[in-house]
Amino acid sequence: MSAVTQLPAAYEGEWRLPSRGRVAMFGLITGESAIFTIFVVAYVFYIGKSLSGPMPRQVLEVPIFGTICLLSSSFTIWMAERAIARNRVTAFALWLGGTICLGLIFLGGTAIEWHKLIYRDGLTISTNLFGTTYYSLVGLHATHVIIGLLMLTIVFTFALMRKVSQQHAERIAVLSMYWHFVDAVWVVVFTVVYIIGR
Amino acid sequence: MGENSLPLPGSMDVAQPRGTARTVLENLHEWVVTVDHKRLGVLYVLYGIFFLLVGGAEAVAIRIQLAVPHNHFMSAQTYNRFFTMHGTTMVFLVGMTIIFGFANYLVPLQIGARDMAFPRLNAFSFWLTAFGGLLLYYSFIGGGGLYGVGSAPDVGWWAYAPLTARAFSPGHATDYWALALIVTGFGTLGTAINIIATVFSMRCKGMTMMRLPLFTWLMLVDSSLTLITITPLTAAQFMLLVDRYLDGHFFDTQAGGSAVVWMHFFWIFGHPEVYVLVLPAFAIANEVIPVFSRKAIFGYPAMVAASVAIAFISLSVWAHHMFTVGMTSFSNAFFVLSTELVGIPTGIKIFNWLATIWGGKIRFATPMLFCIAFLFQFMIAGLTGIMLSIAPWNWQLHNSYFVVAHFHYVLVGAIVFCIFAGIYYWYPKVTGRMLDETLGKWHFWLFLIGFHVTFDTMHFVGILGMPRSIYTYEPDRGWNTLNFVVSAGGMVQGIAVLIFAFNMVWSYYRGKPAGNDPWDAWTLEWYTASPPPVYNFAQDPVVRSRRPLWDLKHPEDPDWEYEG
Amino acid sequence: MAPVGLAVNPIGESRETGPGISYRAWREPFQGEDTEAAAFARATMKARIIHSMRSVVSIIARGGVFASFSLPAALQWVAANGPQATPSINAPASTPAHEIQTLAWFTLSITGGIFFVVGGLLTYAVVKYRAKAGDPPSEPAQIYGSTQIELAWTVIPILIVLVLFLTTARLIFAIQDAPEPESALDVTVIGHQFWWEFRYPKLGIVTANELHVPLSSTKDPQPTFLSLLSADVDHSFWVPQLAGKTDLIPNHPNTTWMDPLRPGMYVGQCAQFCGAEHALMLLRVYVDTPDQFSAWVKNQQQPAANDPRVEAGRRVFETEACMNCHAIRGTAATGKFGPDLTHLMSRQTLAAGAAPNTAENLKAWIKDPATFKPGCLMPAMQLSDEQVDQLTDYLSTLR
Repeated sequence: MSAVTQLPAAYEGEWRLPSRGRVAMFGLITGESAIFTIFVVAYVFYIGKSLSGPMPRQVLEVPIFGTICLLSSSFTIWMAERAIARNRVTAFALWLGGTICLGLIFLGGTAIEWHKLIYRDGLTISTNLFGTTYYSLVGLHATHVIIGLLMLTIVFTFALMRKVSQQHAERIAVLSMYWHFVDAVWVVVFTVVYIIGR
Repeated sequence: MGENSLPLPGSMDVAQPRGTARTVLENLHEWVVTVDHKRLGVLYVLYGIFFLLVGGAEAVAIRIQLAVPHNHFMSAQTYNRFFTMHGTTMVFLVGMTIIFGFANYLVPLQIGARDMAFPRLNAFSFWLTAFGGLLLYYSFIGGGGLYGVGSAPDVGWWAYAPLTARAFSPGHATDYWALALIVTGFGTLGTAINIIATVFSMRCKGMTMMRLPLFTWLMLVDSSLTLITITPLTAAQFMLLVDRYLDGHFFDTQAGGSAVVWMHFFWIFGHPEVYVLVLPAFAIANEVIPVFSRKAIFGYPAMVAASVAIAFISLSVWAHHMFTVGMTSFSNAFFVLSTELVGIPTGIKIFNWLATIWGGKIRFATPMLFCIAFLFQFMIAGLTGIMLSIAPWNWQLHNSYFVVAHFHYVLVGAIVFCIFAGIYYWYPKVTGRMLDETLGKWHFWLFLIGFHVTFDTMHFVGILGMPRSIYTYEPDRGWNTLNFVVSAGGMVQGIAVLIFAFNMVWSYYRGKPAGNDPWDAWTLEWYTASPPPVYNFAQDPVVRSRRPLWDLKHPEDPDWEYEG
Repeated sequence: MAPVGLAVNPIGESRETGPGISYRAWREPFQGEDTEAAAFARATMKARIIHSMRSVVSIIARGGVFASFSLPAALQWVAANGPQATPSINAPASTPAHEIQTLAWFTLSITGGIFFVVGGLLTYAVVKYRAKAGDPPSEPAQIYGSTQIELAWTVIPILIVLVLFLTTARLIFAIQDAPEPESALDVTVIGHQFWWEFRYPKLGIVTANELHVPLSSTKDPQPTFLSLLSADVDHSFWVPQLAGKTDLIPNHPNTTWMDPLRPGMYVGQCAQFCGAEHALMLLRVYVDTPDQFSAWVKNQQQPAANDPRVEAGRRVFETEACMNCHAIRGTAATGKFGPDLTHLMSRQTLAAGAAPNTAENLKAWIKDPATFKPGCLMPAMQLSDEQVDQLTDYLSTLR
């Protein structure tokens, strides 16, 4: 019987594995992208096919300001990530707060837009194909923004309570991956709804 | 060295003795709050087996109704609910759960990890899936309740629009279908993400991606495919609910909506879904066949590449379910080609298994019997799949019993057979006892005979023009005898499954003690006790090859000298 | 060197897997010898395995090709000689069905060949390589792979796929994009839950459930081109002996065609689940000789018979809401929800094939449609027995 009686006890060299949080978030983003793709495909397929009712060109106003706010929030959350990686908790809280504000402005803009569409233009989810696909797609995105803002607010609260520090940098990076995803989806939705679809 | 030299004395704890004094309630509580991947794996599999029996009962009822023409065993409405629930149950509550149960139990053990990457997410996902299934079955007593068949879904498991619109499906049957599957879908998504994160981030030292056991590789590919397979269905079901509850028009043909769009969305889910179901069958075969042929798997890199190729190509074939819908000739031709192409990596896998067996020393234990049958049956299923991919022939065979025969050949002949193989193979690891081999052989032979009597015959009744989804048929069309034969085979299968269920219970109490490694296998799960202690491995393993236990048992000829 | 250890026990007890013949020794039978023969044996090990596989394959392939041609022929004979009304795919009576069957046989011969070759190899392997009682307990040669073999069994399937794809694509275009000749008959098919509406726009005919088409021939083609529409949910028009099926989808018109070459009656049914009574949405197609067809057309073009003896029944029809759903040409009834009843008695069956068209059945049907088709959309109108009798008498005159 030779001398090897157990599995090798030591591994030569460095053994590095990807962070499970990042892998999981990447998986979640992949799945969510598939959901959004289906809604985008439905939107694109039904462009111009409504039999009646308000048409996109008639009622849609391009939400430039809201879009700038949302896309800027990707920058602010990136700054927040960098801050916490260097254990600068106050800076982190400020940048995070800024991100949340920008997200809220975006949501507010959407709310105002929908108010106008429903009460002034008479476009609801049941009006025609445009209404159905528009509210579903933009609403799905807005839901994801709300979920993201909820999570960011929880982290912000913890930051205010001085419970966040450098050791949480990895988790915050994972969370900001989600936020970047939400922004990227908005780029696609914006292009499809306000540029191509109009 | 009379005994197996593994495990080394002192390197791990002995399995806990059974029967530690605990009340029933304490036991139940432990199972309900567990986050241990092994417990959750067992819960998933038991849940799946329970619904296998329920779905099987539905199938038996269906076959009794169809045994003779113009039968009155069930009304049309009842029948329509039963075949819808049979399909929905088998795909979502049996297939998906047993698959993720196996993965849950085995993946951490095979990669030398202590648990899944996210144990609490694991538990949450299981309970979501479980609740979704209960919601689906609650439909039987919802609505009209026990006076009829309640509000069980009755629109076919594919739920085509506009039959599912409120105008044509009043009541809540369709809502139960959509909501229950949305809920189980989120559970599935959670588990898939968990498996992917576990495989990438929790491997023991030395286990590079190309040293993963093929079971784990295929579960990784399967979980990745699941991420983009289940989600289109979830999206489409949300759209359906928008149509039904918010007066949306996604599939409302009166408002310019398209019924064909539902078909596209459903089959963009539905076709990759069958690959999600079959890849784990391959995963099990990849473990059982080498061990019982006493040879390493032939062409490990090719098997990995073929599995990844299958996953990718399977995303491009969906409209072969829609050849009769009126797509353009170019579209039809494209999907003919893509469907045939997916057959190539699939065939490669069969050839690799054949080459693994070739030159080996085959032991015909029950797991291997099921796998050998799987090889023959999966080959036949693949060939009838090629026949169905021939679009003009599909214009005849689509929605006939030929299709039903084909997909049951895959789902039962390949997947269920492999699941049985896997259960016989890993039951000793999970429980510490062997399943009874005599009962196992009875189970196998009865199930094999019943399976072939039913599903071989079913091909012919489809060729003779019998469509599917019909609660009865005309007596003068030449289908009577064949249907009777099909039904008879179904009863035999039912008996076989009952023998299996009995074996599972009986062997838990009376089975032969298994030891750590009853099959003389080579992957890490056989290195630890049966059942494994809650922490799996006392020391983190370090591996140098694809078969760490082969290296241990054959120190003079370890695998790592031969692996590229 | 005697192998150490216990006899092989397939399950349960662990085997001795310690020292014995190393697998390398087993793999190289001339271990230790340095002769030319030994070197040759070692060098040609892999080639010899491949050769043995090849010879087995060739034997099986020859048998397989033979079987794969004779088996379909046998099946064909069985199908063509089956009971008359069996709507078998393998008993085609129309050009597209014939062409599909030819492609089907071609495909089956290829898949059958693959079945015999691969199945034969599997059978051989499972029998030849089983563990036997007298076997030494050492492991067999561990072969990890072979790029050469992998390439071979990748390339050959690709070639098979190419052949199948090209032959299939050709037929797809030939059938789907076939141009409609001048002589073709146009029929519009509208699917309903759970019956078929047939309109012949150029002939001014509206009927239901039983389609009459003229006989065609290769010399003098007179195909029938069908426009497929739906009034409610998805259906599918399938008469296996005449053509492949095509779906009827609301808001998505389709077309199909048939070119019947043999007169007779061909059965089919709806092939897309459409609700409760999908199973009883049956189809009949009568392929009429030219004389039969023109006689049928002439009859259908007449307005409804107006027999004064059944005046009572006609009045029941017009006052008891029947005319809201049904049309009878030549009367005030122009309902479109249910089948046209102008020539009800010219049809062999009632309720899309659910029951034969007799006075008994008609009476029972009117009294309560659920007798034959529970779940169909025709309600029981709560008529008195006298009213039902009068109605039946009236409808029985509509030949």
